[in-house]
Amino acid sequence: MAEGRRRRWRGLGAAANVALLGLGLVVTLIVAGPYVYTKSSTLVVGSERLRPPSVAHPMGTDQFGREVLARVMAGGQQSLRVASLTMVLTVLAGSALGLVAGYVRALDDVLMRISDAFLALPAVILAIALMAVREPSEGNVVVALVVVYTPRMARLVRGKALLIREMPYVEAVNALGARLSRVLGRHVLPNAMPEIIVQGSFIFGYAILDEATLSFLGVGPPPPAASWGNMLAEARYLIRDAFWISFFPGLLIGVAVLATNILGDGVRDRYDPRKGE
Amino acid sequence: MTRFLTSRVLSLAFVLWLVTIIAFVVIRLAPGDPSAVMLGSDATPQAVAEFRAAYGLDRPIAVQYLAWLGHIVRGDLGTSIYLGRPVTTAILERLPISLTLTLGAFAIAVVLGVTLGLVAAYWHDTWVDRVVSVVAALGLSMPSFWLGICLIYLFAVRWPVLPSGGFVEPWIDPAKSFRHLVLPAFALGYLQSGLIARMARASMLEALRGDFVRVARSKGVGELRVVVKHAFRNALIPVLTVTGITLAVMFGGAVVIETVFTLPGVGRLLVNAVVRRDYPVVQGTLLVVAAWYVVVNIAVDILYTASDPRVRLRAS
Repeated sequence: MAEGRRRRWRGLGAAANVALLGLGLVVTLIVAGPYVYTKSSTLVVGSERLRPPSVAHPMGTDQFGREVLARVMAGGQQSLRVASLTMVLTVLAGSALGLVAGYVRALDDVLMRISDAFLALPAVILAIALMAVREPSEGNVVVALVVVYTPRMARLVRGKALLIREMPYVEAVNALGARLSRVLGRHVLPNAMPEIIVQGSFIFGYAILDEATLSFLGVGPPPPAASWGNMLAEARYLIRDAFWISFFPGLLIGVAVLATNILGDGVRDRYDPRKGE
Repeated sequence: MTRFLTSRVLSLAFVLWLVTIIAFVVIRLAPGDPSAVMLGSDATPQAVAEFRAAYGLDRPIAVQYLAWLGHIVRGDLGTSIYLGRPVTTAILERLPISLTLTLGAFAIAVVLGVTLGLVAAYWHDTWVDRVVSVVAALGLSMPSFWLGICLIYLFAVRWPVLPSGGFVEPWIDPAKSFRHLVLPAFALGYLQSGLIARMARASMLEALRGDFVRVARSKGVGELRVVVKHAFRNALIPVLTVTGITLAVMFGGAVVIETVFTLPGVGRLLVNAVVRRDYPVVQGTLLVVAAWYVVVNIAVDILYTASDPRVRLRAS
């Protein structure tokens, strides 16, 4: 008991606290930034093309004289929207399917074989292929990513559900005659929650990365709306003259994903009694 | 052992069949039609109908699937709507490029990942360990295309020592091919090395704590020999698994890297096909990627049974 309390006191660990701070700063920049720095992300200013970073242009301007800082913030808002929505939907769909597979023997085999097939395709490739059949829009990117991640999430939850269903406390509520919905909702799901939360945080990170990849390849939400991926796609032809246009969006993707991953690790270590000894 | 492998091969073949369903049904059920892209929005209904008939798009989905499956079994992935050439040919032409990139990146990922993992495990909980964990975490978080762009900026623009892209076949000019491959292979390999490093570290830590390591040391076996011969060999199995996964998913990363470094590989083919709604090419690429996954997994299974007596015993 004393040990458990000490673990709680320890919080998430120094690395995860730094990560939390980093993610907090990125989110603040993206969400609150546009209220402070009010320049347009799409306004073309012919006289201000390809200006390097300075006081007037904190991150410089691009080939159309648009403010890179404003575009980074606008692109970040899109990334956050896509990643949050993808995470929520994947957690919901993956948990539901995973619980069903872990509890209904008849469906387990079918669902797991289908997920095998999905896992045979790298996430990015499947997402790109799914974009072939949909208009390149923000909503469809979310749909593609949810389809890609859900089997992975479902597998994890299923594995956990298979373990939990054999636990004495589940046996006990079963013996008391609890309904299946109660067993799943009150006993299995809450005990699988740490894993679901950790996996959800990783999915948030993957979604930022994969959304940027899709946009970079030109199958994400279309320009002129800024996204971190399409900024990099346009800027890579200009690295000879204007490296800053590529540098900042990439840096923000890296920081956001890195912070999310470290945070996920921190949460996992905290809930995993085997770690941190 | 043969029985174990046969059952693995059969189940992986089953996976491949399921992928054909995903590749076919998911893509065909979607709205949008190649005729709209190929003929433009002001095509007459008659032209659209002719186009659809020519490519069999007017038949029921189940019939289209069976016909397609029949062709696949014979190695015919259909005809590209945009390129007007067999999909199999188009893929085979580009496959050597993607494979060269993937294998080069794989070599970098394994050497870098295993070395980092071993070093971190041996000096665990010191500054060495922490530096390695940062390097690994960066690899897992950085967008590969951004790393690629930064590498181009540094080594092709700022200090022009390497080419910024393009491909030269290794069997035509090995030296030149190598120079073209360094940056893309590093960009792809470094990102995947993080995963291998983490697994190698964890698995090596466990092995170093094993009794057999203490025994070896007390017998007076040299430290290098203890680490490499005794501990590492026992730490190899989990590393092998994660390496297999790496090799299988690397194809996905190759798509992006090919775009950054303008390599005309399978990845470029897929992305262009998606933009042009060239369904046969999209489907064919998906199948080739899944086949790659299946082949790699079978190879890992064989190595598994060969390298671990426990697996060998359980299988027989």
